[in-house]
Amino acid sequence: MKTILRIGAGSAWWGDRIEPARLNAERGDLDYLCFETMAEATISAAQVRSRRDPGFPGYDTYLDDRMQAVLPGCLQRGTKIISNQGWINPNGAAERIVHWLRQLGARGVKVASVGGSLITDRVLSLTDTIMENGKPTSSLADTLVSAEVYLGAEPIVAALQQGAQIVVTGRVADPSIFMAPMMHEFGWDALDHAHLGAGSGIGHLMECGAQVTGGYFSDPGFKDVPRPWDLAFPIAEVQPDGSAVLTKVSGSGGAVNLLTVKEQLLYEVHDPANYITPDVVVDFTTTHLEEVGPDRVSVSHISGKPRTPTLKVSIGCMEGYIGEDMFFYAGPGALRRAELAKRILEERFRIVNLQAEEVRIDFLGLNAIHGAMSPKNQPEPYEVAVRVAARTKTREEAIKVGREVDGMAVSGIAFTGKRVPHQERVREIIGVWSSLVAREKILPTICMYES
Amino acid sequence: MRVMLQHLAHTRSGDKGNTSNISVIAYRPEFYPYLQQQLTAQRFKDFYAGVVKGDVQRFEIPGLGALNFVAQGALGGGVSRSLCLDNYGKSLASAILAFEVEVPEQLAPSLRGQRTS
Repeated sequence: MKTILRIGAGSAWWGDRIEPARLNAERGDLDYLCFETMAEATISAAQVRSRRDPGFPGYDTYLDDRMQAVLPGCLQRGTKIISNQGWINPNGAAERIVHWLRQLGARGVKVASVGGSLITDRVLSLTDTIMENGKPTSSLADTLVSAEVYLGAEPIVAALQQGAQIVVTGRVADPSIFMAPMMHEFGWDALDHAHLGAGSGIGHLMECGAQVTGGYFSDPGFKDVPRPWDLAFPIAEVQPDGSAVLTKVSGSGGAVNLLTVKEQLLYEVHDPANYITPDVVVDFTTTHLEEVGPDRVSVSHISGKPRTPTLKVSIGCMEGYIGEDMFFYAGPGALRRAELAKRILEERFRIVNLQAEEVRIDFLGLNAIHGAMSPKNQPEPYEVAVRVAARTKTREEAIKVGREVDGMAVSGIAFTGKRVPHQERVREIIGVWSSLVAREKILPTICMYES
Repeated sequence: MRVMLQHLAHTRSGDKGNTSNISVIAYRPEFYPYLQQQLTAQRFKDFYAGVVKGDVQRFEIPGLGALNFVAQGALGGGVSRSLCLDNYGKSLASAILAFEVEVPEQLAPSLRGQRTS
């Protein structure tokens, strides 16, 4: 059994930077490199896209970039890879990874795909209640796009036990991606909630990548980190008891210290004594943290409670559209012109009978971010952007927003600055709802491939 | 003396559905009791009036010198439905840096950052 397991992060979301993944692969001396690439609506968005675009393969659109960046380093060091880049097509992702392995001349490398999380066709019979509003899930039948279960670490561990060097999955809970190697290497049982609590807690600290190494953190004069343009992704040196030292490749920018670790420990956590994952219920309130060296924080005593009998299901639904656009004012009187522009838009939305569930017209620079709680007695800004958005049932209504902003160009008021729209001004809303499914109803699948 | 919370604590927000959690973490253990006593769930909710539409629950983690506020109805219906430019509420945790806390004068030398007032 290994005495210290070195696990590194390769991404924290779909759009994450790729260079720090390459750095971890080449200089992290890693046993495992783990990728998290999904947000709540990623699967549903992928389903919508695959219906419209038959050429869309259904896995991470950056799969090629990420694998080309890390495979050479991982093959050289013998680093295994765990990744949820499979989205709605983990088999296709595994085949694509095999393609890149062969391109690099690496033969005989075993790649496993983990599926079984997609339950769109069965979700209405497997689930009862929507967690957010208490209504029956059957009320979502007409708008349903996709439903997926958050799988835990067990099927990844099974794939590793079958000899996989690379495991690519669909929806898996984020901490499970990072804990699976610990279960596999240290022989932790799936019901050993003490070890799984500790390991899952470390997984939670790793899953958002640079957010524990100085990303989403710098605040000049209060919280400064060295060279924040050169942040590395984290590395956990995990002990068989589930304690770990969090660190990063030496010489990189950013920081790993008590502040960065505490912020990430509570990130997206509600009750810190009951953080529910598919594998275990994590209790963060017992955590011990200690700075044990430069950019080295020891994390221990995260505890665990037995896992719940259910798994979380995410249900994506088509809920309508958002239309949005922006235009600008500057110089003396920028705000008074913005206020008149707002009035004009409100009147014109009435004239064109805009049917919207909600309309929001904000002044960026004054109240567009913190909204109603923004201070009332601010000095007038030199520049103001008028940002307008509306949520509608139909695309036709959402289009009206951008069309009336177009009207501000020559039928508006003095000194209106307006870009030619350079991005889509209407987007679909995929609403995400949650429910629970009995654990035993879900049977993950594993497919093995070889380069 | 009254000081802005930014001199006593650092903060981070995270999203889950229409709920935002905002952690408030003391820079030093001796700051924590002032946060724990004065930054109640009700005061937090009042501070975010107009933005947080639902209940606010506060969890204490004294071992980390941290409070975790779970604010429901804070994200305009949820990330994908929100009309707010900052639909994830990533910047929500910065607002509470302006919350005023009463602390004894002798803490002045250990406060974080330059004070402007």
